Amino acid sequence: MMAGEDIVLRATGLTKNFGKLDVTRDVAIALPRGARHALIGPNGAGKTTLINLLTGQLQPDAGQIELEGGDITALAPANRVRLGLSRTFQINTLFPDLTPIEAVTLAVLERQRCAGQFWRRLASHNEAIEESFTILGQLGLADVATRPTRTLPYGQQRLLEIALALAARPRVLLLDEPAAGVPKDESAALFSVIAALPADISVLFIEHDMDIVFKFASRIIVLVGGAVLLEADPQTVRSDPRVREVYLGRGHD
Amino acid sequence: MQTPVSAPIEARDWLRRRSRWSPFEILFWLATLLPFIFFPTYLPLANQIAIAALFAISVDLILGYAGIVTLGHAMFFGLGAYFAGIISVHGWGEPISGLLMAGLFAGVIGYIISFLITRVQHLALIMVTLGLGFLTYELANALHWLTGGTDGLRGISTWPVFGQFRFDMWGYTAYGYALAVLFLCFLLSRRLVNSSFGLALRGIRENVKRMPAIGADHKSHLRLIYAISAAIAGLAGGLLAQTTNTVALDSLSFERSADVVVMLILGGTGRLYGAILGTFIFLVARDQLAGINPQYWYFGIGMLLMVVVLFMPKGILGFLARIVARAK
Repeated sequence: MMAGEDIVLRATGLTKNFGKLDVTRDVAIALPRGARHALIGPNGAGKTTLINLLTGQLQPDAGQIELEGGDITALAPANRVRLGLSRTFQINTLFPDLTPIEAVTLAVLERQRCAGQFWRRLASHNEAIEESFTILGQLGLADVATRPTRTLPYGQQRLLEIALALAARPRVLLLDEPAAGVPKDESAALFSVIAALPADISVLFIEHDMDIVFKFASRIIVLVGGAVLLEADPQTVRSDPRVREVYLGRGHD
Repeated sequence: MQTPVSAPIEARDWLRRRSRWSPFEILFWLATLLPFIFFPTYLPLANQIAIAALFAISVDLILGYAGIVTLGHAMFFGLGAYFAGIISVHGWGEPISGLLMAGLFAGVIGYIISFLITRVQHLALIMVTLGLGFLTYELANALHWLTGGTDGLRGISTWPVFGQFRFDMWGYTAYGYALAVLFLCFLLSRRLVNSSFGLALRGIRENVKRMPAIGADHKSHLRLIYAISAAIAGLAGGLLAQTTNTVALDSLSFERSADVVVMLILGGTGRLYGAILGTFIFLVARDQLAGINPQYWYFGIGMLLMVVVLFMPKGILGFLARIVARAK
């Protein structure tokens, strides 16, 4: 970590055990503002667990998490989202019967803390609806905004995952395999959408396709056995013999 | 990527269109006036249907919209009924203020209970609602001095509505009063389900796991809707006490809790009108089947329930809506 760098999300000494299994071992990460960092590692390395710890779905056994300098270690997931720490899920976690415009508008209204207004017609929340439409437009979902989510092609559902996370106006966006299950040619398109996200959002993404990782990540964190093996720029990671051995050499999926 | 300027207006229109009044709805509410003119002998049944429909709407709000399964909602129906009945026995028979107090009472109890309800899910949730229903039933049974226990609450007298309309033996006032309360609560519920709050409830039903991830305090949403639902159930119970001048233990019974869920499933959940239609079918079928064979009328209801669940997964109204949509 370079001194003086503007760190938005910082975790130190994160540790998590499931019984006797150490899934996260003394992990320290620091995401600078505007980062495009990739989190890689073999299956079972604890990548999703780390995301779950950072976003509060899991509580760490030890360690500390700071967002913009404030300690968020004990905060509930929803409170972390409100402070600007947003995530997507590896397996679609959407609202099947809602349309994208409804789902994203709901997320915008929750951010504005006015989703509980039961006396006010939904259609009267003009600004929230327009903002939601802008987000859907950014992700190329404007044309399907009024179709039920469950009828959308899988690739568009993956984009909606990101749209929902963006509605929270995150400072930090954690993407858990955003292209999981998406054909290789489509996943490049999906990542160019991610690359085009506003520059002040810090992004940490999990991805298995090394071509994509090397293309879109400015820095790579390699997680093995729950611990950080290496954190470096793509060139260094690519040439590191340990990484080759434990990860690249395996000819992963 | 540039979005066309007209697009947000289309999306808003689409959202607005979803909450617009359809001619079907206006026709439906006009049809509720028919018993006054054509079926005056059925006014007491119409009154029962209006009260049960209001109760079913209260359950639809939590079950159909927020996805909270309950088998103990008669608890709030009975609390409202006993509250309205007891204040009348003790000298306050003014119907409207009595009814509002009954609804408020049930709503406050509902809000307190909601802290427990939002802690559990799935089977545990059903068991907790069931258990609370049993507790309330036995509590009312034990408080004989207050509730009359198994003898029922006697000596209720309800004053004329607005000091003008006496509760007549044919049931004109009773049905008119119950229908008015049903309609007002329906308007409130309709506005609620078409609000951002209604959208949040559907979000909870569709995927409760996602809600915290969009920054939602979904438990506070659930507590609010549970209290509102309890209050509406209390109003329905209060109506029963005021229009029949009796409150029996069966207003708190498991059977009432289960029947209301059956009515809702028959009509179709999550569309408000399903609650009303299901109640209508259930109670008219009971009225007719009981005339044929008073002992075995649940046989017919059982058949109907299975046919609906197997062949119309979204209830009778959902089935009809699909046919209409296909015809277009």
